[in-house]
Amino acid sequence: MGALPPEKLLPDSQPTYVASWIYVFGVATIASLMVIIGSGVILSLKGPAWWHFTGIGHFFNSIHLWSVELFFFFMVIHLWGKYWMAAWRGGRSRVWVTGAITFIVAVPAALTGYVSQQNFDAQWIATQAKDGLNSAGVGAFFNVTNFGQMYSYHVLLLPAAVIVLVIAHVLLVRKHGVVPPFELDERLASSPTAPDAAAPASGAQRASS
Amino acid sequence: MIGGGVLAAVFNLNHPSHVVHWHFIQLSVSNIVVIGVMLAIFALAILLPFPGARRRAQGRR
Repeated sequence: MGALPPEKLLPDSQPTYVASWIYVFGVATIASLMVIIGSGVILSLKGPAWWHFTGIGHFFNSIHLWSVELFFFFMVIHLWGKYWMAAWRGGRSRVWVTGAITFIVAVPAALTGYVSQQNFDAQWIATQAKDGLNSAGVGAFFNVTNFGQMYSYHVLLLPAAVIVLVIAHVLLVRKHGVVPPFELDERLASSPTAPDAAAPASGAQRASS
Repeated sequence: MIGGGVLAAVFNLNHPSHVVHWHFIQLSVSNIVVIGVMLAIFALAILLPFPGARRRAQGRR
């Protein structure tokens, strides 16, 4: 609570360097995740017969699929951007690690969705994944051809893990601030009295300015 | 359904996917297109100016 007082959780200002398109992909990823969760809740309420055999069911099925595609699309560009700006600088290693783990957990979250479709596509993906997972020695722990098991992984366990990780990731970004460009970091190191040095990079601190 | 029919006429998906195979790398053409679009958007995100960025930077000085 000391590091993240509730009144400072939402930013009302950002450092000047955040005015770049490369900084929008994290928010775009979260926006996609919200659409995924909303459409997923509707799909889970209605069930496979609805999403396969009704027009509105097809619509929400497609919304769910394409929001997942956008989620990974934006998340990978966000990852590239943060990798090339070495976003773990300045004590931000936990921000980087939570983001990387989110990516790793999101992959089986999507896979279990593909095998939960209840169609031939799902059967094909499940049997292909089964061979791959068995060859990696993890097939004893779960069975991708078991719809009930994969569906509960997909609608509960893995989304819960992704949501918790994303919340931790965002809170850590709020605590440490958005990573500054290399030039600003160097300028701050060489000239601690420079005008920008007076304004800390931390978004949480800047929010009050 | 009309929209779906038009799209189906533009994109005929009723065939096996086209695959590019180079040594051990095997990618569908659709995945290569998506990766290309991601790289293009990544480059544009770095190169294109953000609306109001210059004004904000001048205001700081």
